[in-house]
Amino acid sequence: MKKKSKLLDYLVKYRVFVIFAVMFIVMAISSDVFLTRGNILNMLRQLSINGILAVGMTFVLITGGIDLSVGAVLTFSAMVGCSLIQKGSPYPVILAVAVSLAIGVGIGLINGIIVAKGSVPAFIVTLGTQMMAAGAALLLRNGSPIPGLKDEYNVIGAGSFLGVPLPIYIFFAIMLIGGFVLRRTRFGRHTYAVGGNALAARACGIRDKSVTIWVYVISGLCAAIAGVVLSARVRTATPIAGSGYELDAIAAAVLGGTSLTGGIGNMWGTLAGVLIIGLLNNGMDLLNIQSYIQDIIQGLIIIAAVYIDVNTNKARN
Amino acid sequence: MSENERILEMRDIVKEFSGVRVLDRVSFALRRGTVHALMGENGAGKSTLMKILCGIYAKTEGEILLRGAPAEIQTPTDAKALGVAMIHQELSAFHALTVSANMFMNREFMKGPVIDEARMVSETDKVFSDLGIRIDPKAKMETLSVAEMQLVEIAKAVSTDADIIIMDEPTSALTEAEVRKLYETVEDLKSRGKSIIYISHKIEEIFAIADEITVLRDGSLVGHDEIGAFDKDRLISMMVGRTLSQQFHKTRHTFGDVMLKVEGLSREHAFENVSFEVRAGEVFGLAGLIGAGRTEVVETLFGLAKKSAGTVSLYGAPVEINSPGDAIHSGIAFVSEDRKNVGLNLVGSVKENITLANLKKYCRLGVINAREERAASDAQAEKLSVKANSRDTLAMYLSGGNQQKVILARWMSTTPRILILDEPTKGIDVGAKAEIYRLIDEFAAEGNCVIMVSSEMPEVLGMSDRIAVMHEGRMTAVFDRDEATQEKILAAAAGI
Repeated sequence: MKKKSKLLDYLVKYRVFVIFAVMFIVMAISSDVFLTRGNILNMLRQLSINGILAVGMTFVLITGGIDLSVGAVLTFSAMVGCSLIQKGSPYPVILAVAVSLAIGVGIGLINGIIVAKGSVPAFIVTLGTQMMAAGAALLLRNGSPIPGLKDEYNVIGAGSFLGVPLPIYIFFAIMLIGGFVLRRTRFGRHTYAVGGNALAARACGIRDKSVTIWVYVISGLCAAIAGVVLSARVRTATPIAGSGYELDAIAAAVLGGTSLTGGIGNMWGTLAGVLIIGLLNNGMDLLNIQSYIQDIIQGLIIIAAVYIDVNTNKARN
Repeated sequence: MSENERILEMRDIVKEFSGVRVLDRVSFALRRGTVHALMGENGAGKSTLMKILCGIYAKTEGEILLRGAPAEIQTPTDAKALGVAMIHQELSAFHALTVSANMFMNREFMKGPVIDEARMVSETDKVFSDLGIRIDPKAKMETLSVAEMQLVEIAKAVSTDADIIIMDEPTSALTEAEVRKLYETVEDLKSRGKSIIYISHKIEEIFAIADEITVLRDGSLVGHDEIGAFDKDRLISMMVGRTLSQQFHKTRHTFGDVMLKVEGLSREHAFENVSFEVRAGEVFGLAGLIGAGRTEVVETLFGLAKKSAGTVSLYGAPVEINSPGDAIHSGIAFVSEDRKNVGLNLVGSVKENITLANLKKYCRLGVINAREERAASDAQAEKLSVKANSRDTLAMYLSGGNQQKVILARWMSTTPRILILDEPTKGIDVGAKAEIYRLIDEFAAEGNCVIMVSSEMPEVLGMSDRIAVMHEGRMTAVFDRDEATQEKILAAAAGI
């Protein structure tokens, strides 16, 4: 009896992983292709972009903020970076990467400063920078993509190591670093404190505004990294590449138990959320579900998963 | 009095939460036109019992009789329909709406499909003048003082024709004058045949207002009697299960040099020209009415707000404190009166809350040493006897007294020399209060100093070595422990 309830406790505690496991098993039964090495790697490679965004988003959401600009930052930073390194350009690849990341950090800094010092709601600030970055990305080449990138650049997204595509390594590395920073460092603890109660955090001597600025910088940086990985994988920077990605990242974090009101969340949960969304996209492709219907199903499943999550927690308390 | 009919009887009420019995066959009877105090420490089961009466919780066993007839109270709506109204400890007002909109929330007067604002205002006026309340029904709720909001809540209960009004810690945010006003309102309600269940930790208050007392402890009924059968000691010992020979722990010790010196401190629109000094070993009380500027003074000292003039010296040298970080660095700790908004991260764990103010100490290169942090947090929690399931329990699940102890544990772990306490025992039970008084005394005895803002007169008189009184942003008097009396303090607080 006691043992059983303990097992149940664990299942409730790690319910997002249970949801993922159930979906995984359903897919494994429904499709012959699903469990092949090729498909699993493909799925992981595809979800790595959302995964990188979701790491930054988790930081922002834990402070009680939101970052709607990540999709557009991904696009814009990649467009600018890639414009420097089409074949025949004199600039080295490292410069393109550095410029992209600097743009991500810069936009994150702007978001953070306006949110923290200007007291403008994060929703509005990042919606504004999203629109500006999306517009600027289109303006850069008048709406055309930038193809023909140098091969050294493309390796970042298309290369592999020990048979595993590089984007998967990059995603897991960022996730691990993000998880470590959040769980084990002073900055991470301050992130939770500011989101849980900014006034109490300030009364403890924490510089809450600077914590707020930093989480947007992290989010911007993650968006730029995702931009580099994505443009290198498809060997082209397209000016609408990341549109709508912010919502997938938010959905992944919230699926993973991160609270939109701040103070609660963790990287393992976000990982589960990213896996669930990735599995959904991959699974529905394999089952030949039409893409419009995919959207409908994905919307439904996100609501259902968060419903189960919130209500099992309520029942337990 | 005792011949008054029983308007409410709760018989052998049992409440279990997932198999854990939190109320064990508790009976409670309320007579018409009386004030019945429900007493007990936090966790004794008072709130649970009242939530059952209000339809918020369903009882596991037992029966409820209203006006002699069995009543089924399943939902808050049932309770309202049966004439039971509760005035909550933490007021649940709609701040952005008007007073009249709050009065008639969800029972608005309509003129066809639209709300009849004019009628709501006039009806509100009618109820207010009946009760002698002078508040503009058209004012926004947020412009009211806490006391006024409380009066609106009471008026609201009266206007629903409630016979039974439950008041949960109604005076916790009120000044002496406002408390007197509340007593008058309560007397008035009694004379109209309303019955009041009064929950409070303040024992003086109970003796001033109650007709009967029921005491609960650990989910069981300890006793019930008319007020005349009780004295203070008996009541306390019934509540805590032991006698508290001395509530205020205060030892005699000598004072050292001046640690903190404040000269001409001012902050615009808050307080002006405040000067005082506090010596090592001293407990310095700050008395006055709510809104006199005491909280603002200590917040400014701690760097939560900017001063507009004046100097602050620590250990004989002038200092500039521009942020709480500066203050902590200078050895100042601050326990706010607003536990939930300025004190705790409610969704953070006990451990996280305890170590938040000096996390640096447990960090190497910004990385937290988890073992060191756990050990430090456990040590502080034990020292202050924080009762929680584990160090990972979220602060929101603790009782008020334990939440306060968590905050004290946090600040004691910063090893401060100057401890600023703002209403340190607000809304917490007798046992926790006594522990906090002991802590204050020990801290001062070690050669540190304490500044204590308090609106509870016995606390100020019992704990302070010197008492300063503020009135409308100015310091009007300073008394030594031996010369201070309640009358002198009240006179100075009223600006007389």
